Amino acid sequence: MTVQQLAAELSLVSLALPDPQREVEGVYIGDLLSWVMGRAQSGNAWITIMSNLNIVAVATLADVSCIILAEGVTPDEQVKETAASKDINILATDMTAYQVASALSGLGL
Amino acid sequence: MNEAVRFHFVVDGEDFTSAGQASVQVKKNLRRLGIPPEIIRKISIAMYEGEINMVIHANGGEAEVLVYEDRVEMILTDRGPGIANIEDAMKEGYSTAPDNVRSLGFGAGMGLPNMKRYTDGMKIESVVGEGTTITMTVNLT
Repeated sequence: MTVQQLAAELSLVSLALPDPQREVEGVYIGDLLSWVMGRAQSGNAWITIMSNLNIVAVATLADVSCIILAEGVTPDEQVKETAASKDINILATDMTAYQVASALSGLGL
Repeated sequence: MNEAVRFHFVVDGEDFTSAGQASVQVKKNLRRLGIPPEIIRKISIAMYEGEINMVIHANGGEAEVLVYEDRVEMILTDRGPGIANIEDAMKEGYSTAPDNVRSLGFGAGMGLPNMKRYTDGMKIESVVGEGTTITMTVNLT
C-alpha cells in the first residue's frame, strides 16, 4: 500500500506529501528519537506525537515511508517545508497512536 | 579508491533544530559512492547521535568523515566540557541532558550506546574542561 492510499483509507491529513507513491511496509510507534532511529525499519509508517523539526532528520535517517502525527499535534510551518524539501511524507490525525496502529493493522499492515 | 574520500562538516551548536544536517548529507554522499543501504544506515545513525551530542553538550563541533576502500571513519571533535565518567556515559539510560532537550525527544541516554551499537569500533578521548574526540569506524567489507 502506498502512503497516499493509506492517507485516504484512514482519512489522514496530508501536511507534506512529496513522495505519495512510497510503499508502506510495517509500522513503528515511538517518541524517543534515538530509540526510533535505532529500531524503526526502512519503509515503516512511524507514529509519534513529537512534532519538532528533528523528526524530519530522524525520518530521513531511519528511511521511514511516512510520519503519522497522532493525537492532533500540529508541527511548525518550518517542519512541513523541510519535510517537503527532504522528501519526507507527514500525515496527521486526531486519533491516538493506538487507534492509528489498530486501523493500520486492519489494513493488513 | 586508494586515497580516502573526505567530508568535513561544522556542527552548529546554536541551533538545535538544524542538527542532523551533517548526517543527512553524509547519507547522501555515501549513497552516491554506492555503499550498501544497510551500512549507510548504521553510519548515518551513529553520526546523527554524535551530532546531537555535540549540540546538546558542547555547543557544536566538527565532524570529519573519511571513506576508505574497506571502512568509513567518523571523527567528531568538540571543545565542550568533556565527559567526566565515560563508563557511566556509556550506560543505556544515563544522561546529563537538560529537560528542554528531553522534551524534544532526546536525552534518553541512548546516544553513546547507539553509536557503539551501530559501529564496528569506537574510541572516546575526553578531557574535562577541554573537550571530546570520538572516533568511530564502520567496516565496508
